[in-house]
Amino acid sequence: MDFIYSIVPAAILSQIFVGLSRTTILFIVASGLTLILGVLRIPNIAHGSLYMIGAFAAFTVTKLFGGGSTGFWIALIIAPLFVAFISLIAERGVFQYLYEREHLMLILLTFAFSLGFGDLVKMVWGDEYKSVPVPPMFQGFVPLFGGLPFPLYNLFLLVCGPIIAILLWLLANKTKIGKIARAAAVDREMIGAVGVNVSWIFAIVFVIGCLLAGLGGVLVAPTVSVTLGMDHTLIIEAFLIVIMGGLGNIWGTLLGALIFGLTHSLGILIWPQFGIVFPYLAVIIVLLFRPTGLLKSTW
Amino acid sequence: MAMGTLSRRNRIWWIAAIVIPCLAPIALPRFYVYLFSIILLFGLLATSNDFPLGFGGIYQFHHAVFYGVGAYGTALTIMKSGLSPWLAFIIGPLIAAFLSLVMGIICIRLSKLYFGMLQISVGSLVWVVVYRWYSFTGGDNGIYDITVPDILSSYQGAYYFTLIITGISLYLMYRILKSPYGSVLQGIRDNPVRSAMMGINVKRHQLLALIIAGFFAGVAGTLFVVVDNTVFPDMLFWTFSLEATIMCLLGGWLTFLGPLLGAAIIVVIRTFASTYTVYWGLVLSIIFVLVIFFLPNGILGWIQELYQRRTKLAEVKE
Repeated sequence: MDFIYSIVPAAILSQIFVGLSRTTILFIVASGLTLILGVLRIPNIAHGSLYMIGAFAAFTVTKLFGGGSTGFWIALIIAPLFVAFISLIAERGVFQYLYEREHLMLILLTFAFSLGFGDLVKMVWGDEYKSVPVPPMFQGFVPLFGGLPFPLYNLFLLVCGPIIAILLWLLANKTKIGKIARAAAVDREMIGAVGVNVSWIFAIVFVIGCLLAGLGGVLVAPTVSVTLGMDHTLIIEAFLIVIMGGLGNIWGTLLGALIFGLTHSLGILIWPQFGIVFPYLAVIIVLLFRPTGLLKSTW
Repeated sequence: MAMGTLSRRNRIWWIAAIVIPCLAPIALPRFYVYLFSIILLFGLLATSNDFPLGFGGIYQFHHAVFYGVGAYGTALTIMKSGLSPWLAFIIGPLIAAFLSLVMGIICIRLSKLYFGMLQISVGSLVWVVVYRWYSFTGGDNGIYDITVPDILSSYQGAYYFTLIITGISLYLMYRILKSPYGSVLQGIRDNPVRSAMMGINVKRHQLLALIIAGFFAGVAGTLFVVVDNTVFPDMLFWTFSLEATIMCLLGGWLTFLGPLLGAAIIVVIRTFASTYTVYWGLVLSIIFVLVIFFLPNGILGWIQELYQRRTKLAEVKE
């Protein structure tokens, strides 16, 4: 066993930072999921597919603009909007008629959607690996504490996470739509009765949630190889984070993503072959002691 | 009453249902026999998934993990221990049932969606262990060329074995559902609070349902080893679980034979759609959206509804 001498402080620190940048991606995707779960109560398995579509769209857009920094910034805007557009069609076309159905039906329906989306991606982009270049302005490393080289792009991810958390908090608490959506999460009939068009509020919340999935896809694209099937692992992780944090609770999702990302990256340090086991164990332990999640759920 | 003609027609259906599968391997080429075997064992898998789902009201979302663990249990016993394969066929399902007990104890404290998600979480843990443990399970290559007894190594032998074991398993599950225990289970599904008030230990009954389902899923996994002689980690992946659940819903998750029908439909569509197009997932998703919209009780549930409506109409006319 070689895991004893691999634990040195610098390695731990570097793993923590790697874990944090993974946490950012997980948080962005899972926050969209939790928004949809909290307000619309749809356990949306197709969320992972939208993340994948976001990553593939980022590939196309950056390629169109020659792989430069401009291409990346444009992709950061266009790809999530593209994903939002797809989700708007899905919501208005299908999901809006099924809000009252059982969760079992909704899970299977959204799973069927994710199979369909997977095939559509295969149709449009083919089934080879795609790689998105790291934008030139984020290439290179910065020295962290003790001269540890840390990729600049991951630092950018670390900045993105809190910004999105704060924006979401502002959206939920300081805007009219956010207030109505939060009220609708508690009692949708009452909100309908006071004259709010609940159907469109739901559509907006759904689209914002899916936009976040697309955004996560764009942000992750330069760090991984974009491939079919990247949705399947991510959506389970996102679901576990959401459940661990408490359904519909943004801060719970942040907490869950932190636990998940850090246990994974530190777990790799302890036991490289089975590093991925640790976050799952963390989820099981959390749910054994707090069956409805760490923070208060909106359900 | 039209009982006489009805029972005669029923008898014809029953005879057809027994004779056609028995004669199939004589008339059909190898590929179709293999397809029939797969339909049978997926049907068993879906039925065992529907046992807690449709009749127990438990959101069994990660059923494939028991199927896969049963298959791996059988395969590893054959390959590593040198025990008789016939013994391994029993050991595999028992390991699955034991895993089901352990996972059930962890998950049963929660209900509905939370139960399902925790089950997916624990099941993914099992999947990761199988997927990463190269030295023992073969990792993502799985295990292939598993030796089975000579009598089962021909495709006809494997088919008849699958047919007999599936038949027995389905019969046993049917009997369990018709037993007092089955009635209690369905009572719990319909009204858990009331059942608890009547002094029924809800969690213990649900746990038993999970163990039974896990055992029969393990049987299905063992049959897969017999038919295909391979195991691979995708058998435990959560997408396959949801496919099994889709089979239940498609065929009719509140009827006993619905999942078998759903399995047959999905296997047939997948086989024949994939000869024309690589996009069979798209085909499946379109079919499934239509089913959810128009036949929320599944195909067999819909037929049953039609049939009940017609008999009621006949009674009114009389």
